[in-house]
Amino acid sequence: MLKNIKIKGLLAGLVGATIAFSGATAAESTAKHPERHHYESAGIFGKFDIPSIQRGLQVYREVCSACHSLNLVAFRTLGDIGYNEDEIKAIAAEYDIDTIDETGEVTSRPGIPADYFPSPYANEQAARASNNGALPPDFSTIVKAREHLAFMPWSSVYGEDYVIALMTGYHDEPPAGFDLLDGLFYNDAFEGNQIAMTPPLSDGIIEYADGTETTVEQMSYDVANFLAWVSDPTMQQRKEMGLKVMLFMFVFVVMLYFTNKRVWKKVKKGEDIDPSEV
Amino acid sequence: MASENKFEPTNPTLKWIEDRLPLMGLIYNSIGGGYNVPRNLNYWWNFGVLAGFMMVVQIITGIILAMHYIPNIDLAFDSVQHIKRDVNYGWLLQAIHANGASMFFIVVYVHILRGFYFGSYKAPREILWFLGIIIYLIMMATGFMGYVLPWGQMSFWGAKVITNLFSVFDFIPFIGDGIVNWLWGGFSVGQPTLNRFFSLHYLLPFVLVGVVILHVWALHIPGSTNPLGIDAKGKHDKIPFHPYYTAKDAFGLGVFIIFFAAFVFYIPDFLGHPDNYVKANPLVTPTHIVPEWYYLPFYAILRAIDNKLIGVLAMFSSILIMFAMPWLDGSRVRSMRFRPLSRFFFWLFVLNGIFLGYLGQRAPDDILWFGLVATTYAQVATFFYFAYFIIIMPLVSRMETTKPVPTSIAAAVLEANKKG
Repeated sequence: MLKNIKIKGLLAGLVGATIAFSGATAAESTAKHPERHHYESAGIFGKFDIPSIQRGLQVYREVCSACHSLNLVAFRTLGDIGYNEDEIKAIAAEYDIDTIDETGEVTSRPGIPADYFPSPYANEQAARASNNGALPPDFSTIVKAREHLAFMPWSSVYGEDYVIALMTGYHDEPPAGFDLLDGLFYNDAFEGNQIAMTPPLSDGIIEYADGTETTVEQMSYDVANFLAWVSDPTMQQRKEMGLKVMLFMFVFVVMLYFTNKRVWKKVKKGEDIDPSEV
Repeated sequence: MASENKFEPTNPTLKWIEDRLPLMGLIYNSIGGGYNVPRNLNYWWNFGVLAGFMMVVQIITGIILAMHYIPNIDLAFDSVQHIKRDVNYGWLLQAIHANGASMFFIVVYVHILRGFYFGSYKAPREILWFLGIIIYLIMMATGFMGYVLPWGQMSFWGAKVITNLFSVFDFIPFIGDGIVNWLWGGFSVGQPTLNRFFSLHYLLPFVLVGVVILHVWALHIPGSTNPLGIDAKGKHDKIPFHPYYTAKDAFGLGVFIIFFAAFVFYIPDFLGHPDNYVKANPLVTPTHIVPEWYYLPFYAILRAIDNKLIGVLAMFSSILIMFAMPWLDGSRVRSMRFRPLSRFFFWLFVLNGIFLGYLGQRAPDDILWFGLVATTYAQVATFFYFAYFIIIMPLVSRMETTKPVPTSIAAAVLEANKKG
């Protein structure tokens, strides 16, 4: 009966914790919970979806980069998403990088692979001035910064899903009775539902190099994949090493289990162990 | 506990060294064949070793991270990203260190609660228990300052909220006035704050090592307690630490590493906060400031009380009260195996702690169940938290009729073996 108390206590604890944590993120949010999409990068065997990431890079370069910086991403890292050295050099060379010439004058030069994506604005004030007072966030860690992992997977928000929900969450007209401020747009994925960003995507706004149709959904999905790579570039390496570590540890733990059992055999039989004889 | 089994090397060189500096003997007597341990320790006794392992992991990964980290308010955030992106295996070191802090707290919480359950704080282990509480306090301080270093939004605002708590001591003459500015090194959380937190975050772990050595030393005077809570008498009751508990701990450590690795490799950000992927901005307050999960129960206690000074005092007392446990608990029986009523309240206390943790991460005015806000529940849970120590423990421990306690460990173990 007393054992029962313990077991019941534990059970009650588990049930209690489950109920408690399941509501943890159900907060008073005005934003719609993003729909879950499928990504090749998901799961313990997740891999980067290179074609999609490359298309996402194109969306970033041709659309997002007009306002959003990517300060922590160097051109050289594009090798990780399938570009070869010449392609990286060519991409880098398309950007002008500020520099100082030998006479001390501020000038610019074409980018090289060691450079980072340059900011679209000279500084924060310039960025705000061009965007109705709002500051377009840097994209280097954006997917991780929007990812709310909850105790219960279904109440979690995944960063990629958020990006897609935001890109596809615009409405031409706010719902009746919604007081939309001047110069803002209604978006059901955004906290507060009004966002300063002009709807950035529309069907056919760019033309993909690989011929994929450029619907808003497709471009959102691709740019989400790209930004997920940007936020967590070692994801695949991490999961690949994790698999090796796990396989090794499982085998090793089984060996440790039997070693332990063998060592304890005499003690478990109830024999005395003379400490001086060990 | 004097050990009959001495370390006597036969190799002449080793013997020459051992005669002059008995270091090998010290290790042998601490975690080797020279330390005799009750034969009936269960897996809950694994967590002390796990805590020691986590301390070493944190120090090693931390030293390497410090080689690449820059304690500057303009560069700190980017330098952590640099570690994750450009430093060889930096992503691995960073994930181990950040998740390692949580793992350290998980094993230490189990270790502390094991102490509660099996009466490890009772005579003659009071000082061992005090040292454990000091270790825990040092861990809290170290963990807090470490969380500030990446200089994300939650780092910055967490630092601001927690350091601001000390403003309640403003009324104390001389030291109280301006204590918060003194902690900050300025008039807001800024460069001096980050720099000193980095310095202290590097210092405190080594203070921790010192206290852990004292903790282990104090352990070896009476020796380990055991699930039956009775003193080990004679050699029938004991077995050498090595090979028995080294083998058992190695297995436990392996299982724990799998648990740890699952976080590091598959959900490295699960225990973190997304806002810490946003660079600290003193002008933008996050909608919801929450500390790391391991502080949540105490954060709930803090916020449960309307008066800031009393809230802060309650928060600190909630940990300091553990110093009084050897005297609050008046039972002559250590282990709760023979104290069913105490055991019932112990599990209630554990559930209450989890519940406080849950409340700590809710906004105070969130309406939870039956139309009552989180603060109301936190007040009830805080009351129970203190009632457990001040009312339940002294009364139940003195009034409860305990079940019969076995005469010796060997007798109990042999009895159990016979039954199957």
